[in-house]
Amino acid sequence: MATVDDRLPPGEDPALLAEEVHDPRRRDFINIAAVSFAGVGLVAVVLPLINQMNPSADVLAQSTTEVDLSKIQPGQAIKTSFRKQPLFVRNLTPAEIAAANAVPVNTLRDPQTLAERTKAGHENWLITLGVCTHLGCVPLGAGEGENKGPFGGYFCPCHGSAYDTAARIRQGPAPKNLVVPDYTFNSPTTVTVG
Amino acid sequence: MSFPWAKHYEPKQPLMRWLDEKLPLPRLVYNAVGAGYPVPRNLNYFWNFGVLAGAALAIQIVTGIVLAMHFAANAGVAFGSVESIMRDVNAGWFLRYAHANGASMFLLVVYIHIGRGLYYGSYKAPREMVWLLGVVIFLLMMATAFMGYVLPWGQMSFWGAQVITGFFSAIPLVGESIRVWLLGGFAPDNATLNRFFSLHYLLPFVIAGVIVLHIWALHIPGSNNPTGVDVKGEQDTVPFHPYYTAKDAVGLGVFLLVFALLIFFSPNLLGHPDNYIEANPLSTPAHIVPEWYFLPFYAILKSFTADFILPAKLWGVLAMFGSILLLFFLPWLDSSPVRSANYRPTYRIFLIVLLLDVLVLGYVGGAEPIARNVVLGQIAAAYYFAHFLIILPLVAASERPRPLPGSITEAVLAKHGGTSPAKTAIA
Repeated sequence: MATVDDRLPPGEDPALLAEEVHDPRRRDFINIAAVSFAGVGLVAVVLPLINQMNPSADVLAQSTTEVDLSKIQPGQAIKTSFRKQPLFVRNLTPAEIAAANAVPVNTLRDPQTLAERTKAGHENWLITLGVCTHLGCVPLGAGEGENKGPFGGYFCPCHGSAYDTAARIRQGPAPKNLVVPDYTFNSPTTVTVG
Repeated sequence: MSFPWAKHYEPKQPLMRWLDEKLPLPRLVYNAVGAGYPVPRNLNYFWNFGVLAGAALAIQIVTGIVLAMHFAANAGVAFGSVESIMRDVNAGWFLRYAHANGASMFLLVVYIHIGRGLYYGSYKAPREMVWLLGVVIFLLMMATAFMGYVLPWGQMSFWGAQVITGFFSAIPLVGESIRVWLLGGFAPDNATLNRFFSLHYLLPFVIAGVIVLHIWALHIPGSNNPTGVDVKGEQDTVPFHPYYTAKDAVGLGVFLLVFALLIFFSPNLLGHPDNYIEANPLSTPAHIVPEWYFLPFYAILKSFTADFILPAKLWGVLAMFGSILLLFFLPWLDSSPVRSANYRPTYRIFLIVLLLDVLVLGYVGGAEPIARNVVLGQIAAAYYFAHFLIILPLVAASERPRPLPGSITEAVLAKHGGTSPAKTAIA
């Protein structure tokens, strides 16, 4: 890196100085090391700046919900809240269970049996998020007298996705079945979701 | 850069001379939007809309800063604070209606500005960079408008946020994580509202910065004009000030008149009544629609109803973003050397059809998703892409343009029955 400052004083041996100035390895090493160090530092600062946008501890702390099932009659459903999202808890009638089991699984867009979407011994309890897998609207069908759609399950009014009695997508733009969250039965009439 | 005959800034007062030596800001203004910027003499009123967009941004920033003094970005109280602005804050109703309708006015003039660019070929060389920066501004405006719409925390705000962040969940594998990261939770909530407020306050200033680049890039080749013919000499131009400052002021008056009509006589015409219901995460409004300016894009999103290799939802999202990203390639999709559609008879017809097509998409975007509308939307969405990807390159290759005028001055004189360019040449 010769600059105007490197102009030789009269009488100096140019070869000696040139060797020192043009020696690339030492300078390049320092340059690369310095930039790398600063780069690592930059990444270390950017990570928290990105991570701060992820759900905070208090949002994550709301991640379990207990639901009392004792008041839900067969054929009824309730709408409650889990992680600030609607949660549908439905007590299926034997006819609805039969209707869900009568569908050939391999014809479904998101193939799952009713048994895979419920807990063993509690096949009548269908617990799903009330969030349409298309763009997140709340489907109708959990409340009394709401439109359950052509398959007797849930119907999303936003873009016309229809779910069956196992809350599986049957018609419309949604790509997936309604999500079944993790849950466990504490007793025959209470579940903990999350 | 400017034309060699551009007027030079020569401050006469000692104070201005002193300032010019220390900080030549008045010189910058003089050369950018003053007498130092020579502009083609034949611009029509469509050339008002850039200045109008700038005025609309200024109105949005001023009303927005004032509204932020009264708004509380907390999911518990945001809706109430907006109602208090409407009822209790002095002139709060006026400020909020001005800000809400100001967004519509901003998008309206920008759409006309974009249409002007399409018709007169302003996106073509040597103004490609002006066009690209314009598309960036448009994308920033869409993000800003969306986040602003979420802030009142009404039903449409909440469900708009739910649906639009839902677009990201269409991305394979990482989509759901991105959505949760954007929202700061599993559904829109306080964290979402807070960050949207922060970004909604930031982005207008980013837009202002990109506008500076947009104008900078424009001033290198200079403004286009209705003939699309390059400026040949001094007789083709007039100084921006006072000629176009005066003409823009006329347009600004009309703009403010329309704006005032909206604010004072029909402030909720373009809004949706459901947004006066507080956000309820457990109940979706029966019919979710975005604001009018997003309807054509919403129609493209809704047009994909069947899976084809990729899920329908992903196709819809890709097509919707693609419909805007496509504009980045426009300068290279249209290879015709003739700029103005006035001299391109075939292109002109197809451009008018495209305009009608976008209006149809807008109608479908706001209509109920019944079978007839879905099919109509699919045809219109397909045409939108066909226009840019098929029709435009074919027309550019096959069209025989009408003869161009020899110069801007010749076109002006032909229009007004003059004969000799020398007679009216501007000194």
